[in-house]
Amino acid sequence: MTVAGEAIDRHSFSLTQYFVCLKGIVWREALRFIHQRERFVSALVRPLVWLFIFAAGFRQVLGVSIIPPYETYILYEVYIAPGLIAMIQLFNGMQSSLTMVYDRETGGMRTLLVSPFPRWWLLLSKLLAGTLVSILQAYAFLLIAWFWDIEAPPLGYLTLLPALLLSGLMLGALGMLISSLIKQLENFAGVMNFVIFPMFFASSALYPLWRIKESSPLLYYVCELNPFTHATELIRFALYEQVSWVSLGVVLGCTLAFLFGAIVAYDPARGFLARRNTPAG
Amino acid sequence: MKPSDVAHTAALEIDHVSHRYGARLALNDVSFTVRQSSFTVLLGLNGAGKSTLFSLITRLYAIRSGQIRIFGHDVANEPGAALSKLGVVFQSRALDTDISVRQNLMYHAALHGIASKRANELIAEVLDRVAMTDRSLDRVGNLSIGQMRRIEIARALLHRPRLLVLDEPTVGLDIKARADILDHVRGLSTVEGIGVLWATHLIDEAGAGDNVVVLHKGRVLARGGLGEVVGQSGGADLRDAFNRLTGAADQDELESAR
Repeated sequence: MTVAGEAIDRHSFSLTQYFVCLKGIVWREALRFIHQRERFVSALVRPLVWLFIFAAGFRQVLGVSIIPPYETYILYEVYIAPGLIAMIQLFNGMQSSLTMVYDRETGGMRTLLVSPFPRWWLLLSKLLAGTLVSILQAYAFLLIAWFWDIEAPPLGYLTLLPALLLSGLMLGALGMLISSLIKQLENFAGVMNFVIFPMFFASSALYPLWRIKESSPLLYYVCELNPFTHATELIRFALYEQVSWVSLGVVLGCTLAFLFGAIVAYDPARGFLARRNTPAG
Repeated sequence: MKPSDVAHTAALEIDHVSHRYGARLALNDVSFTVRQSSFTVLLGLNGAGKSTLFSLITRLYAIRSGQIRIFGHDVANEPGAALSKLGVVFQSRALDTDISVRQNLMYHAALHGIASKRANELIAEVLDRVAMTDRSLDRVGNLSIGQMRRIEIARALLHRPRLLVLDEPTVGLDIKARADILDHVRGLSTVEGIGVLWATHLIDEAGAGDNVVVLHKGRVLARGGLGEVVGQSGGADLRDAFNRLTGAADQDELESAR
């Protein structure tokens, strides 16, 4: 036997090693995030523009009546804050998937997928890493919003956490699924237009659904079917220490479905990589 | 597998592998073996199918037809066992330029389930091996291309693979950096006993003791020791042999197309 013969011969990993792998992927995502300050700033500026400008302009136009989970009349700013948090996560999910497409075109994705861990674990770890970054962004936004007099009950900031985790996973899994369907970076701008904007506008993020129902019943049903509406409502209720059970169910179901789709898509035997018509390198 | 068999198991076996992109046949019944402690040069022009073969070895694409085994482990059926013995240097840049050399290597260790204490030992070892210990805290973005290549090789060796595959590892390097890396990796096969598959389009990268596989338009035209390949083709040297082999293959193709 040669020196290299002492190579690590195990190939069934222990639970600890699965955790080491997860930790490594999360840690790398965090490092990237720290080193790309523009990404953090732009992730914050986007919702703040909506909050400071859009909401200020529209508060006189759109009255919001008392609907759950709110117990009093609220300002329009207060109404759209949860939707803007969901928007942060939507952008983050799509941005992580942009990173994946970019990674795939350079070597980062290859580095990840050549790891001997099962591919579903690698993708799940990557997804969790992106979600944790989006949660950081969401709390940074809430901190600034707090100075803008958008205050939730103190405990609400804690009950928000599991909701953010779940909605972040759902939107991240959706982004991952979409990234597997895109062949090249150029197509991504189109996906932004066809995914992000329709999802955001056809939801309860900017206006309560009963108002939409008054103007267009059809649009109302579209909004009801939009998973983004349920991510928004899950966040809205959690911020006020409540649970929207329907939204919880929808978000949970969609998370599992998108995640399953993404894992299948990244499976070399069945997914898009096998169907691609052009060599990668 | 008996212990006595282990030493004789091929590091890499490519067994009748074919691969299509739609109608185009990128690999046509490719077979060859990389023995342990051997240095095998996979020689082919751009578009010969080298990168496709790498994508199959590293399980980026599914193997549709044929088998690939790494130390006897089928890549399709036992990917974990196969990939844990494999180190890869990809053609495209695969390091994070924003973070440090050490952080890149830590990430790679985690992808192999190696926790920080052990990882630190292994990182010190591989950096020493590629003579980059003093650069471990530098941002990868501040390194030269040659240094990045060395870090990529260090990374590929971190989990102590017994098979190292490199896809055009000298692209973009100057003559000296090229020779250094080639010498270094050749040393890995002779001294450390690692099986090496070195894919290149540069004929002069194949040396006297190497095995050579000539890949052209998805087909293996010749394989064996460098001397054998040259001898069989009737050429004077490898360049001549390569031109004769590929020329004859193109001629055949032209005639069969008529």
